[in-house]
Amino acid sequence: MLPFDFDYYRPQSLSEAVELYQYVAQQGKKPMFFSGGTELITLGRIDLAHADAVIDIKGIAEGRVMEMDGEYLVLGSTLSLTNIEEANPFPLLTKTSSEIADHTARGKITVGGNICGQIFYREAVLPFLLSDSQVVLVGPKGVKTAFIHDVFNQELQLEKGEFLVQLATERRFVEAPSISIKRRQQWDTGYPLITIAALKIDREIRVAISGLCPFPFRSREVEEVLNRQGVTGEARVERALTVLPRPILNDIEGSTEYRLFVLKNLFIDVLRSLDGMTV
Amino acid sequence: MSLHTFPLNVNGDKRMVTARFADTLLFVLRGRLGLTGAKPGCLNGDCGACSVNVDGWPMKSCLMLAVEAIGKEVTTIEGLKDTPIQKAFVENFAFQCGYCTPGFIMNCHALIKQHPDAGDDTIKEWLESNICRCTGYAEIEKAVKSVLEKK
Ligand SMILES: Cc1cc2nc3c(=O)[nH]c(=O)nc-3n(C[C@H](O)[C@H](O)[C@H](O)COP(=O)(O)OP(=O)(O)OC[C@H]3O[C@@H](n4cnc5c(N)ncnc54)[C@H](O)[C@@H]3O)c2cc1C
Ligand code: FES
Ligand code: FES
Repeated sequence: MLPFDFDYYRPQSLSEAVELYQYVAQQGKKPMFFSGGTELITLGRIDLAHADAVIDIKGIAEGRVMEMDGEYLVLGSTLSLTNIEEANPFPLLTKTSSEIADHTARGKITVGGNICGQIFYREAVLPFLLSDSQVVLVGPKGVKTAFIHDVFNQELQLEKGEFLVQLATERRFVEAPSISIKRRQQWDTGYPLITIAALKIDREIRVAISGLCPFPFRSREVEEVLNRQGVTGEARVERALTVLPRPILNDIEGSTEYRLFVLKNLFIDVLRSLDGMTV
Repeated sequence: MSLHTFPLNVNGDKRMVTARFADTLLFVLRGRLGLTGAKPGCLNGDCGACSVNVDGWPMKSCLMLAVEAIGKEVTTIEGLKDTPIQKAFVENFAFQCGYCTPGFIMNCHALIKQHPDAGDDTIKEWLESNICRCTGYAEIEKAVKSVLEKK
């Protein structure tokens, strides 16, 4: 139960959703797109989220797509993480997202909601960053397709009234060798201390990380160092730790030093798995 | 406070409820329909005490608005009658205080329906969604396995 009231709309089309958002905003009220809705429901209860009107986008057909379209795997933003795991069209995404929350909650949490969430782990974005995916957005100016790297910088950069409809990923990335490892402070469910996802394509390793900084990221600098030729694995890992984005989290889940220690071992695990590194 | 009247399919019956759009399914099941089997625990999606089935899948009813359930089949513990998993819980002493039991049973019930051949990994993955404060996990595992093995 939430301590404030809101209107609830369930549009059936993209244009209806965009118009509703504008209509509510024009009345001076705060609209919110609602996918799995778990953020408004859990954060709203403790006064950390608020909306005057909820626009539930789960009724829109484009958001529920899961299909190969030519060489691209297209995934709708309102698919639940469980929908995606059960069908398993993208093994790295299945592996990464199956560590988010718990199985029942993943039946409610959606891939788009996780990527656009206020809660900063956004672990489901990692496979899409690694695979140079395209994102389909819709807003007052219509539908637009963009490279994820052009619109995702710490968080998805959305214009007012815009929302994520689909993600499209090339088949060669979907099929590439990959690994995803989540380390928690304790137990087998819950938020990450650090999650790393990695993929090998064209003989190069790519890595994306959540839980190290207060945003998920993929770093060219880190990848450049990890792929350097003629340098031992250990040296590459040590060097990679010096080119990380900042700030490194220092919170109740783990201190900065501890996170870097865990990350070092994760880098070694990735190199062992995808680069045949022996230690 | 603005109230709205809308239909919900609960345990095979069409029920009209009058509630706020901001009310969770858990709140409406308990407070409006008198179905108190789904238990409030954390109200934050963590404990699983409030689990029901929605279209045959487990759902934490504290993570769903009642209005989102329009057009879906909601099953609560009151809707299960003499199912194998209920008997198995009794036979295996799979509860102590019983507070987590309806949630566990609803999750197990969906697991048995969706994955009748579930192995250890799937069982663990699904049941991690529920917490038993009395730590009756070994007995709960026995109960769910006894039903899966019979299949
Ligand atoms: C029990 C529990 C455990 C969790 N554990 C983890 C974890 O381990 N790792 C992790 O990464 N996260 C975790 N989370 C956080 C959760 O994944 C995020 O809060 C996510 O945002 C929820 O997805 P949703 O579909 O419910 O999003 P919603 O609540 O629907 O939306 C979240 C935000 O994104 C916006 N939004 C939603 N969809 C779109 C869209 N298509 N386009 C534009 N904006 C949109 C909404 O307006 C809202 O601001 C957990 C949450 C819960 C409840
Ligand atoms: S009360 Fe719903 S998960 Fe705890
Ligand atoms: S039997 Fe008491 S909480 Fe599980």
